[in-house]
Amino acid sequence: MASDILNTAIADLEHSMSEEPRTHAIDFSRLERPAASADLGQEETCLETRNLDLYYGDKQALKQINLRIPEKRVSAFIGPSGCGKSTLLRCFNRMNDLVDSCRMEGEILLRGQDITRASLDVADLRRNVGMVFQKPNPFPKSIYENVAYGLRLQGINERRTLDEAVERALHRAALWEEVADRLDDNALGLSGGQQQRLVIARAVAIEPEVLLLDEPASALDPISTLKIEELITELKENYTILIVTHNMQQAARVSDYTAFLYLGELIEFGDTNTLFTNPGRKATEDYITGRYG
Amino acid sequence: MSSIGKWFRDGEPLIWLNAAAVSASIIMVVGLLGLIAVRGLAHFWPAPLIQANYSENGSEPVRIVGEITASETVPRQRLIDAGVRLNTDTPLVERHLIKIGNRDAYGFDFRWVIDEGLSQRAEPAELMKVERREWGNLYGYLREVRESGTRVANGAEAWKEFQDRIARASDLFSRIRAIEKDDIGAINYAIEKLRLQQRGLEIDGKDTRQNLAELDQQRKVLDAEYAVLRDQLATLNTQINRDSFTAEIMDGREIEVPLAKVVRAIRPNTMSRSQKLRHYFVKVWEFVADDPREANTEGGIFPAIFGTVMMVIVMSIFVTPFGVVAAVYLREYARQGMLTRIIRIAVNNLAGVPSIVYGVFGLGFFVYFLGGNLDRLFYPEALPAPTFGSPGILWSSLTLALLTLPVVIVATEEGLSRIPKSIREGSLALGATKIETLWRTVLPMASPAMMTGLILAIARAAGEVAPLMLVGVVKLAPSLPLDGNAPFLHLERKFMHLGFHIYDVGFQSPNVEAARPLVYATALLLVLVIVFLNLAAIAIRNRLREKYRALEGS
Repeated sequence: MASDILNTAIADLEHSMSEEPRTHAIDFSRLERPAASADLGQEETCLETRNLDLYYGDKQALKQINLRIPEKRVSAFIGPSGCGKSTLLRCFNRMNDLVDSCRMEGEILLRGQDITRASLDVADLRRNVGMVFQKPNPFPKSIYENVAYGLRLQGINERRTLDEAVERALHRAALWEEVADRLDDNALGLSGGQQQRLVIARAVAIEPEVLLLDEPASALDPISTLKIEELITELKENYTILIVTHNMQQAARVSDYTAFLYLGELIEFGDTNTLFTNPGRKATEDYITGRYG
Repeated sequence: MSSIGKWFRDGEPLIWLNAAAVSASIIMVVGLLGLIAVRGLAHFWPAPLIQANYSENGSEPVRIVGEITASETVPRQRLIDAGVRLNTDTPLVERHLIKIGNRDAYGFDFRWVIDEGLSQRAEPAELMKVERREWGNLYGYLREVRESGTRVANGAEAWKEFQDRIARASDLFSRIRAIEKDDIGAINYAIEKLRLQQRGLEIDGKDTRQNLAELDQQRKVLDAEYAVLRDQLATLNTQINRDSFTAEIMDGREIEVPLAKVVRAIRPNTMSRSQKLRHYFVKVWEFVADDPREANTEGGIFPAIFGTVMMVIVMSIFVTPFGVVAAVYLREYARQGMLTRIIRIAVNNLAGVPSIVYGVFGLGFFVYFLGGNLDRLFYPEALPAPTFGSPGILWSSLTLALLTLPVVIVATEEGLSRIPKSIREGSLALGATKIETLWRTVLPMASPAMMTGLILAIARAAGEVAPLMLVGVVKLAPSLPLDGNAPFLHLERKFMHLGFHIYDVGFQSPNVEAARPLVYATALLLVLVIVFLNLAAIAIRNRLREKYRALEGS
């Protein structure tokens, strides 16, 4: 029953897409399509994908993604497992480059600059687009050195600059009070929630423009999850945040915009309130009401 | 029936089998260590000296003096077959191996005696054992102490005089040794360098009168220094040769021995337990810290310990970076496929090649090819005498580095593969390049695994003997590969090694009976050295492990 609905939706979508020739040129008519793309109103665009296709070997993981992420807002990617939401997220800092068989077509613009081109300095991109992973992954170093890691990479070794940056980052990640007196302790001694906030501090320390959060709270207990969510709300003052989540309540709680992906396609992207209360697509409605997923 | 069936089903027999295997292993290890420890360490304990009358085959009894080093019971028939006439008719006969010493007088210092031929066995208090610098021990009775050939003491007060003068002679001896080895050694080294310099100038055609005159000038200075030392040495030599002593040995002869040849004299039959203990530790220390004497059958084995440790350290310095770099390329950069698989198999097989094959390779490649060419390029002035073109500690270390390389590569690769992907991604996501990620995060985290590889390499290399015999080990090295003459580190020199020392003392010694206890003692020391090296490496690894604690469970 559910799959029938979905198939219809997909057939619908594919039909509508196949009407237009696939080009890599900018195609505004597509971006305005109401079903897949949101009306961002006065919002400034931070990230934009154009006709993004991604393949793992022969398998296509992302199909014709067209998306505009607004500046200094939280955008959530939701969808069932394997729908490509993490893959999409990892396109924005070119993390998919690490997978040998991965191939990307289309364009991704960060503030108008194409970041898919081969000549791009990937390390430079990743300095601007920070990422936090599902499982906390602090380095086996001291708390201080974890936060200072990205700065040291940039050749900043002056103690005072580092001290200030570390403190600022830990404040932003709402961790300062808890670790201020033990900055030289091993980061692995922290609790899971603290580790995740440390990792966020580490990402924030190098002052990126965008933060990618890949299910940042899925390995954490409810209280830690709550803290992370509060933190996300605070961080959006300064950063454009993209968050992948399995948890629809979380998406509803923290995000301003939500994208629903299914089987590698962007089904719907829009204002979170609208998407959850009045989804434009049947497939979206079925997913958020729990008919599948 | 069913209870037995249940016993089997519960796996009880297997548990017993496993426990038995573990126990057997432990017993074997403890037994091995116990055997070499007891045999090796007992050697240094002062044994009582005996005097007895001995007659064999009905001959006139003769006096026999010495210490019993071994006793065994043999079948009567075997002795009869050997032409011995026995009085009693017991089926088993006891016989003793007696160290009679005095090799200068008798030509051999061990003798088998049959227990039944011994009579009037006693342990006289005045019987003494004199350790000498040549001709082995002397056993006998002190008669006189002489100064410049005239008697200064005899009888009861002779012993004290004797000890005082031995102390004086030992002091002089160590001064002579210091001058010969250090001061004159340094001058010889400098003169040899001057000779090579001159030869180098001749080869380059720069042997102008001025240059040669300069060298002559330097040589004159050295010659003058040498003349001073030679005079000092002559004075010391006359001083040390002033005293001598006479002793009555077992056949009643009286022999005179200069005190310069005496290391120490003891009367073990009068020694108290604490005196014996002191003597024991002095002997053990001598064994660990002194140079060998008398074709390695006496004295210490310090050069061998030093050589073993130094070779292992030099090997570690070569093998660790090389193995790590190779493993990093194989694991991190090479595209995983058929070729890398073949390389891995080849590396693993390399670990199974018999070590003597590495020795042959080391001799052919390192010593003759590399060393020979190094000599031609950088040391032409010394030719035809080889500098690096002959076996030495550098080539031994390199050969063993090659031998242990697979262990380090495999262990490092293992360690690299165990670093979680999330850590690498975390670093890359912060804008690190691959090499930065490797250098700052992955390699430090893999360092305990590298140390594990190094530990295994050390364990294998320290005990390896066969290849070393081809590429650098000698029976007796005149000087250590590390000394006070610039450039201090002489990697071209040959060296002594504990493993080879065991072989040499055990099988190549002119005096097998005297050397046998040293085989055990040396074996014990080799095991201790390896254990020590390993413990050091393990301590470092554990510190690293603590520092880069694994991420599991977080």
